[in-house]
Amino acid sequence: MSVGSAAVHATGLAARYGNRVVWSGCDLDIARGSFTAVLGPNGAGKSTLFKLLLGQLPPASGSLTVFGSRPRAGDPRIGYIPQTSTFDPDFSIRGRDFVGLGVDGYRWGVPLMGGIEKGHLVDDAVDVVDAGGYVDRAIGMLSGGEQQRLLLAHALVGRPELLLMDEPLSHLDVRNQGSIVNVIAKIVRDRGITVLLIAHDVNPLLPHIDNVLYIANGRTAVGAPSEIITSAKLSAIYSAPIDVLTDRLGRIFVTGLEEEAVHPHG
Amino acid sequence: MAEAWLFLAVSDTTPQLTWNLLADIAAIFQYQFMVNAYLAGTVVAIVAGAIGYFVVLRGSAFAAHALSHIGFAGATGAVVLGINPIFGLLAFTIGSGTAIGALGNRLRSRDVTIGIVLAWTLGLGVLFISLYTGYAQEAYALLFGEILGISVNEVMVTSVVAALALAALIAMYRPLLYSSVDQDLARAKGVPTLALSVAFMAVLALAVTDAVQVVGVLLIFALIVTPAAIAVRFTSRPSLAIATGVALALVFTWLGLAISYYSPHPVSFFITTLAFVTYLAVRLVQAAPSRRRTLSPT
Repeated sequence: MSVGSAAVHATGLAARYGNRVVWSGCDLDIARGSFTAVLGPNGAGKSTLFKLLLGQLPPASGSLTVFGSRPRAGDPRIGYIPQTSTFDPDFSIRGRDFVGLGVDGYRWGVPLMGGIEKGHLVDDAVDVVDAGGYVDRAIGMLSGGEQQRLLLAHALVGRPELLLMDEPLSHLDVRNQGSIVNVIAKIVRDRGITVLLIAHDVNPLLPHIDNVLYIANGRTAVGAPSEIITSAKLSAIYSAPIDVLTDRLGRIFVTGLEEEAVHPHG
Repeated sequence: MAEAWLFLAVSDTTPQLTWNLLADIAAIFQYQFMVNAYLAGTVVAIVAGAIGYFVVLRGSAFAAHALSHIGFAGATGAVVLGINPIFGLLAFTIGSGTAIGALGNRLRSRDVTIGIVLAWTLGLGVLFISLYTGYAQEAYALLFGEILGISVNEVMVTSVVAALALAALIAMYRPLLYSSVDQDLARAKGVPTLALSVAFMAVLALAVTDAVQVVGVLLIFALIVTPAAIAVRFTSRPSLAIATGVALALVFTWLGLAISYYSPHPVSFFITTLAFVTYLAVRLVQAAPSRRRTLSPT
C-alpha cells in the first residue's frame, strides 16, 4: 500500500518520553477503515504512540504520517478518547453539552448561531452510540458504560476519519465491554472510520479486529492477530519464552510473563 | 471612603423599617453611599457569579481563596505607599494568579505550594499594616469588606475591572469550558489548555480584586464559590448554571445590602449568611430521599 492511501504510515519510527526512548524501529501501515487493537504491557508506550499521532509529541526519529501528512495538534480528522476518562458523581455537565463540545468546543467566544446544525450533529452521534435515553442527564450521574458511550459520541461528533481510543474497555464489565465493542465495530463497518484501540485483553476484540499492534520491550510488531499473538512472535518481542494458549472457545491467554501472568492478556 | 465613614460616625441611629416596602426601598437609595454600594455590588455579583461556575467546574476554589489572601499583601503594601489599595490588589492577584495558572492543573503539589505562598504573603500583609500608622479601618475593610465606604471613583474602577473580566470570559467561553471539562480532550482538539489556565487565573484575579471590595479577602468564597456551587446542584446545563449563579450572587448582594441598611451589623455578615443558609437549605432538601429525583441535575 502506498503512503497516500494509508490512514497511518510509519517507517523507522521511534518514540521518546522525557529522556527515555520508549520504543524504536516501528514500521506501520494501517489501512483506512481498518480496526487495530494496540496491545502490550503497562508503560510499554502505547499511549505515547497516540501522543505522536495527535501531534502532541514529536517523533524521536523516523517518519510518521496520518492521512499522508505529518501529525498536527487539533487535527479535526482525529477523534480521541483519553485513558481513564471517567467523571466524578458531582460533575455537573449534561451529556448533550459534553458531546456538543466536540463540535465547537475549540472555537473562541460564545456560540452565536449554528445551534440547529450543531443539535443535528449531536443527535446523530448520540444515535450511533444509542445513548438517547440518558443524554440529557448530568454525565457524572451516569454509569461507566454510559459515560464511555458519551465519550465515544463526543469523539464521533466531529466526523473523524481516525479514532484513537485509549483503554475504553478497562473500567467496564464483560457485558458492557461487549456492547461497546459492537458499537465500535459497527462504526468501522458503516462509516469507514479507522480505529486504533488500546486494550489489555484482546479477547472481546478478536471477532472484529483486522490488525494487532503489539508494543513491548522497546519494540513493535504489527499484523493479523493470528500472525502476532503466537508463542514464537511474542517470545521474539520479549526475548523470553512466552506461551500463547487457546481455549475451546477460541479465547487467547498469554503466559510466561511474571507481571502479566495473573490475568488473561493478549 | 472618607465620606461614608463620616456619615457612619454622625448617624448613631439605625434607620427604622416601615410597613411600606416601596418607601423602605426608596429610603435606601436616598444616600449616595448606598447607591454606590448597590452599583458596585451589582457589578461584582455578576462577575463573581459567572466566573464562579468555572472555579467550581475546574476545582480551583482553593486557588480563588488563595488569590484573595495574596492580594491582601498587595493591598496593604499599596496603602503603605499611599496608593489606592485596589491597584496593589490587582498587581498581586494577577501576578500570583498567572503563576498558579502556569503551574498547570496536573501538578499534584499545587495546593501545598499555593498554601505556602499565601501564608507568607499574609505575613507580609501584617508587616505592611504595622508599617502604616494610619487608619486600622483600611486593614479591616480589606479583610472583611467595606462596600458601604466605596466612592464613586472606586465604583468606576470596579466597573472597568469587571467589564474586562466579563469580556475575557466571553471571549474564551467555549475553549475554557472544554478544557475545564477535560484537559486531554480539549488539547487533542487543539485547545491551548496551558495558556487558557494562565488566562483563566488572570481573569479570576480581576474578579477576586473586585469581590474583595464587597466581602473582603476572608469572605471571598461567599460571592465566587457558593452561588456557583448551588447553581450546579440545580442544572447541568452550563449556560443555565452560569445564569443561576449570577442571579444568586445578585440576590445575596442586594438583600444583604438592604438588610444591613436597616441593621447595625455589617453587610459582609448578611451576604455570607444568605449564601451559606441557601447552600445549606439546598443540600438538606436534596439529601431528603423523596426529593432526590426531582432535584437531581437534568
